[in-house]
Amino acid sequence: MTYQLLNVQGLETRFKTPEGVIHAVNGVSFTLDQGETLGVVGESGCGKSVTMLSCLKLIASPPGEIVAGKALFKDIDLLKMGNEEIRKVRGSHISMIFQDPMTSLNPVINIGKQLAEPLIEHMDMTNEQARKRSIELLELVGISNPDERLKDYPHQYSGGMRQRVMIAMALSCMPEILIADEPTTALDVTIQAQIVELVKRLRQEFGMAIIWITHDLGVVANIAQRVAVMYGGYIIEEAPVKELFANPSHPYTLGLIGSLPKLNEAGHTRLYSIEGMPPVLYRKPQSCPFSPRCTYVNERCWSENPPLEAINDGHRIACWVDTKTGSNRQ
Amino acid sequence: MNTADETLLHVEDLVMHFPIYRGVIQRQVGAVHAVDGVSFDIKQGETLGLVGESGCGKSTTGRTILQLYKPTAGHVYYRDQDLTTLKPEAMRHMRREMQMIFQDPYASLNPRMTLRDIVSQPLTAFDVASGKEIDDRVAELLKLVKLNPDFAGRYPHEFSGGQRQRIGVARALALNPKFIVCDEPISALDVSIQAQVVNLLEDLQEVLELTYLFIAHDLSMVRHISNRVAVMYLGVIVEITDRNELYNNPLHPYTQALLSAIPVPDPVYSETHQRTIMQGDVPSPVNPPSGCRFRTRCPIVIEECAQQKPELLQIRPNHFAACIRL
Repeated sequence: MTYQLLNVQGLETRFKTPEGVIHAVNGVSFTLDQGETLGVVGESGCGKSVTMLSCLKLIASPPGEIVAGKALFKDIDLLKMGNEEIRKVRGSHISMIFQDPMTSLNPVINIGKQLAEPLIEHMDMTNEQARKRSIELLELVGISNPDERLKDYPHQYSGGMRQRVMIAMALSCMPEILIADEPTTALDVTIQAQIVELVKRLRQEFGMAIIWITHDLGVVANIAQRVAVMYGGYIIEEAPVKELFANPSHPYTLGLIGSLPKLNEAGHTRLYSIEGMPPVLYRKPQSCPFSPRCTYVNERCWSENPPLEAINDGHRIACWVDTKTGSNRQ
Repeated sequence: MNTADETLLHVEDLVMHFPIYRGVIQRQVGAVHAVDGVSFDIKQGETLGLVGESGCGKSTTGRTILQLYKPTAGHVYYRDQDLTTLKPEAMRHMRREMQMIFQDPYASLNPRMTLRDIVSQPLTAFDVASGKEIDDRVAELLKLVKLNPDFAGRYPHEFSGGQRQRIGVARALALNPKFIVCDEPISALDVSIQAQVVNLLEDLQEVLELTYLFIAHDLSMVRHISNRVAVMYLGVIVEITDRNELYNNPLHPYTQALLSAIPVPDPVYSETHQRTIMQGDVPSPVNPPSGCRFRTRCPIVIEECAQQKPELLQIRPNHFAACIRL
């Protein structure tokens, strides 16, 4: 029986910058069940990373500020936790891995020490226990000679290996949720495929829930069961993965899928491109944030911001227009 | 003499080794075998895609062709002229014909120069325009890459990644080049912006009759933009053929593994198709494996692979691959 692990409601995060207040996340709500993989897709600056960092209170304040919302982890609000409390949750219940493994690892401490730290900290292990467990973890993520390699420093590992170490570290305390923030973006396709397969295998073995943040729809199709597409600090479409690819409904999602070159393309077709670029939001949008780039835009889009509403079982979109007919939805 | 089949660039046995020095007297102790005997042709007006994992030597190949590195051995013929034997001054003039677009639009533009300065630099360096002519040419170039000419006084930080890449393209086009090396021009960009830049490159190719060497690790985009594709592994070309032939009928096990690793944006497909995942990383180019360089990761390796260096042979019509198992 699966149960709900995470329930985020109405999350809003802002950043104060010299140019003005940036509204990075503008009311994001989503849930995550035990053992489920949620893909979060969007361009740089759409708020996908900030959403997840906010849930773990990893937003530096100032300049950042979580101004509204709840993030219930098994019915306890993470956002209301004190520093000491949330620190226990991070690492032992919810872990996060980041895009660039080189900047996430300390270059002057060897891998063994870095792996052992959370084990000693969160699991009350002795040095010797932590060492044994570190070796097991490296083996688990497919690093050969783990015994020897514990003594090595991050620069002695390749990019793919470093990301494996990050995953080993994130898994060390058996978290219930793993948040992966573009973990394969900096890697070659071949290494990306290895990492994706590894995470899928670990999910089956340990049954943890995963939030996989990416801008690559190909990776999402491979790993996620449900997908949330973000734009301008909102979730603008959310659906089970097959439904999303079979029946994309928001103009932005349609554009994203359309702008990918087709592998089975026979003749030469022109790529569909979404003109313009993502907005920087100095105030909370009063109209649909996608309007300036949207090909379906009409009067209503410029005056009212559409809410995220169900159009189908488990399929929600935030758009006034029915993209199948081109006229407004009822 | 501008027939479609005319060869613009002919690369022959190109070798680029970077020496490694050690010790007080800086004795050479080894070399990075970045490019190790690469040969291919690029025809007038076509796009040759060059793919492979990081560290396989694809960027070095591009730079060595433009003589940004002095090749260790081999020849590069541009319209029958051997670039490797040209005197520096003669080469400087040849550079008007060939330009480069770089991967990182943040690092390849000087943050202290305005758009006008950046785009006009090639013009002033070769003294082809002055005063008002420069402004006109800059405006024309910015329009060509679909940027507002009124932005000429602005600085790079005021632009997004996609726009910066357009600035890089405008700069490359300033001297009306015929041949452009595109070194991963879209890898640093968002998905929706990638399509914009690729469409722009294709439009420019048609209008200005450009020839591209398109370096990338994104195989699906390479398939889209290229006429022919060369696959590189550890400094050597392992397979080269027309794009459809390569994708429909990959012969070399490395090409097969690369294609299999592409994440297909189709959940039904990925559920029903088992991917073959290649294990391990690219070995160090300081000490490449003997014989076939791919043998340490190859799924169909046999003993002979360690002794025999496979040659690039024509296996099917216009389809070359380097593997003794074929």
